[in-house]
Amino acid sequence: MDDTMMMLDGNALAGMLSEVFAADMTAARSACAWCGVVATLAEQRLYMNPGSPGAVLRCHACDGRMLVLVRRGDRLRVGMPGVRWMDVESTG
Amino acid sequence: MVTETRRVRTIVFQVPAWRGHLAGQHVDVRLTAPDGYQAQRSYSIASPPESGDRVSLTVERLDDGEVSIFLVDDVQTGDRVELRGPIGGYFTWEVGDGGPLMLVAGGSGIVPLMAMLRHRSARRSTVPARLLYSSRSLDDVIYRAELEQLAAGDGALTVLHTLTRAQPPGWTGLSRRVDKQMLADHAWPAAGNPLTYICGPTPFVEVVAQSLVELGHAPLRIKTERFGPTGG
Repeated sequence: MDDTMMMLDGNALAGMLSEVFAADMTAARSACAWCGVVATLAEQRLYMNPGSPGAVLRCHACDGRMLVLVRRGDRLRVGMPGVRWMDVESTG
Repeated sequence: MVTETRRVRTIVFQVPAWRGHLAGQHVDVRLTAPDGYQAQRSYSIASPPESGDRVSLTVERLDDGEVSIFLVDDVQTGDRVELRGPIGGYFTWEVGDGGPLMLVAGGSGIVPLMAMLRHRSARRSTVPARLLYSSRSLDDVIYRAELEQLAAGDGALTVLHTLTRAQPPGWTGLSRRVDKQMLADHAWPAAGNPLTYICGPTPFVEVVAQSLVELGHAPLRIKTERFGPTGG
């Protein structure tokens, strides 16, 4: 197992988020609670250690933690410490 | 399976009940070892939507990448691999999205952009399109012959290569990293309100996106996809 921390972007979170959200969350625009900059989740910076159970999405503008995902067995804990709002396409 | 370069291979998967995808989307590939250990990575789809349930992934072998090493070195015809997708609704392009279309690729960042060009070609679209593609050397250029063919038969498509590390004798093309001047010379002018897709390693994407904004391009018309390890 390598310990390289991969930095990609929110595009790579689409699969994991699709496990718990009906809409495609990566195309959702959201406001960073730390600096207020608005962008899609796809454009934010993703830090994840290959093989580890979690991922952290940081604001591309201020590097604040926006969204944290931790997998535990068949559950996914979704923390949004830095999301003021999200504008999500309604699938209803 | 097709060997594209020394480090890059294309694998075609027959996916039962594939529900179709958009050019630019990706799939998650999950490998499970006999002891239950799992590894998962995201790969861009190289084939256009028109390829139906035959889904191609073009994968670059990363020396410490356990999934990419398996896909490039070890996977054999007939092997079964677990795919999840298609996923991602942001970095996508359909003919109906129009243009002018500007594609900027660094290394294996060409893959989702190639799906867009294949889709455009399959639909016989006349949306004006330019590809600026940065590779280390000519031998590292993925899809070289196909890109030549596409551009030769299509007056609305321009393909431009830049080779950053080594150039063959007699090379008259670009031979440096993509920079603001290169984009000023070869990207669509901002005045035409082009639609731009940038895919490559993180530093590459940052430089290209920042330069285009400085050249007056609307940030909302620039879509980005990054990959690669953090820092050095």
